[in-house]
Amino acid sequence: MSISIQSIHKTFGNYKALDDVSLEVPNGSLTALLGPSGSGKTTLLRIVAGLESADDGPGRILFHGENVVGIPAGKRQVGFVFQHYALFRHMTVAQNIAFGLTVLPWGKRPPRREIAARVDELLGLVKLDGLGRRRPHELSGGQRQRVALARALAIRPKVLLLDEPFGALDAQVRKDLRRWLRHFHDEIGLTTLFVTHDQEEALELADQVVVMRNSRIEQVGPPQRIYDHPRTPFVYEFLGNVNKLTLRDGGTRYVRPHEIEVKFAAEYDPDFDRLAEVQHLFSAGPVAALSVRTEPGEFIEVEISRKQLDELALSVGDQVALSFPPDPTDPEGDWTGDGAAPTAAANDHAVEWNI
Amino acid sequence: MSHREITTESRPVRVLLIGAACAVVTVFLLLPLIAVFVEALRKGWEVFFESLRDEAALSAVKLTLTAAAISVPMNTLFGVGAAWVLTKFRFRGRALLVSLIDLPFAVSPVIAGLVWVLLFGSHGWFGEWLDARDIRIIFALPGIVIATAFVTFPFVARELIPLMESQGTDQEEAAVTLGASGWRIFLRVTLPNIKWGLLYGILLCNARAMGEFGAVSVVSGHIRGETNTLPLHVEVLYNEYQFSAAFACATLLAMLALVTLGIKTAIEHLTGHTSAGKH
Repeated sequence: MSISIQSIHKTFGNYKALDDVSLEVPNGSLTALLGPSGSGKTTLLRIVAGLESADDGPGRILFHGENVVGIPAGKRQVGFVFQHYALFRHMTVAQNIAFGLTVLPWGKRPPRREIAARVDELLGLVKLDGLGRRRPHELSGGQRQRVALARALAIRPKVLLLDEPFGALDAQVRKDLRRWLRHFHDEIGLTTLFVTHDQEEALELADQVVVMRNSRIEQVGPPQRIYDHPRTPFVYEFLGNVNKLTLRDGGTRYVRPHEIEVKFAAEYDPDFDRLAEVQHLFSAGPVAALSVRTEPGEFIEVEISRKQLDELALSVGDQVALSFPPDPTDPEGDWTGDGAAPTAAANDHAVEWNI
Repeated sequence: MSHREITTESRPVRVLLIGAACAVVTVFLLLPLIAVFVEALRKGWEVFFESLRDEAALSAVKLTLTAAAISVPMNTLFGVGAAWVLTKFRFRGRALLVSLIDLPFAVSPVIAGLVWVLLFGSHGWFGEWLDARDIRIIFALPGIVIATAFVTFPFVARELIPLMESQGTDQEEAAVTLGASGWRIFLRVTLPNIKWGLLYGILLCNARAMGEFGAVSVVSGHIRGETNTLPLHVEVLYNEYQFSAAFACATLLAMLALVTLGIKTAIEHLTGHTSAGKH
């Protein structure tokens, strides 16, 4: 089931939490709402769920073409997973999962045996077989989050909404659960919208990444495209390590550490390259990180392969020449995120820079 | 000693402090309690039971129980409702409402009683209207109930508001998205989470409702055998120099206090265990 968000506004008192936000979430996709705290991503998710209402106006939210604005959260059939699980503490795992079924009105409530069977099926689905009689506090964080997921899935939701689902977990569990969720999503194919402030998580997990900033959507697109062709400096900086260079004409440009080519100083081309001195070398890892200082005194982080580091035989104090790729910032970036490739013209235009 | 205490005070200082604390507890808390029982039994068990069987005493006990039986459930309903509204919703005037709930605590009980006399007494605002319809509020059961309810108004709400605040609204929101109705959410999600706090609040509310003196004294009119609650009855007996009878009745109130303390401790003990795995 697709979700279509059309010019949604939300104000809390004097604060504008969402400013004319429109977004298409394709059917069956896994879409990430990515942004720093206060960017409006959680508010947007809660409005989609019906836990918050958008400001009055022409704004609409369509589930598969059907407007859900005005429909209460309980009737929208959304599966919502909270950052801190929000499990019912006084109930067992099985009772938690069954909750959405046991509160159905008399006529619609499945018989007890059917509910029990569904709970067992869901426990298996989230790999928690046999833990139905435990209490939430007896489970680990990762297990609790999967109970929350099973509970949300019990009502056979049309869409799945996850609010920072891994936010409260430690790094290793986070990574495992993330991969598991991707796999899980591919298996059940439920349209899923999740909120995160972790760019790595968004890029690794999502089919479509929505970068939000200051109550607006900054850019929408597949992870690769957003990473390679950020539409704005903000997206550039938010999506990973980046160097900010001052150009000779006073302008600035961004370049990622691994995009910079390092050459022997003898190969220096005064038209395009910059000379720099190696300040630090970190080679404990899959890639070597260099910290270099350019002529005008700028510090730049560069990542090269270990192999190349060996070939260059660099040590601290050596002079190197740095060569930069064309600026990929996509000035006419695709706003709607329908996946269209950037035009060649836009890229050609981007090459016109002056180091 | 191999185990160094975290406290840095030397041994004599510690002994002195602990001794002082014990002395204060004994003089201010334990001694009066013992005195009540000693005085009550000074003239023997016979007099003790006789003064409890006295008609006026029985009527006072009955009135006290009646007033508590009405005002405690009332304040429980109100307290739960107020705590629910104040913690699950954000609205204009919320802070004002929170402060208003505390008003009965801030006002002197005598004033709290006098206010109702000014409103419903025969010379009060609604006095004539009530007289004309032969409705008696002041110097009658309704007045006693109103005064008791007013004074004990904040107990349940005060107990629940911080508790529900700390629990947030996540679980209720989860229940909403799962399709539960408001009433069902309250019964199946909110209530189980606050049950111990609620019980504690009701307990304190009840203790105060049965023990209230000031406000009730103003509205009761001290009609012996009719509008005297147990604390008022104790005062009347004392003023009439019937010390043994006064203290005998006072033992009932003292027992109420002890039972309240006992249950309170039990609740704390119980929740202390169940909250071990809580977050």
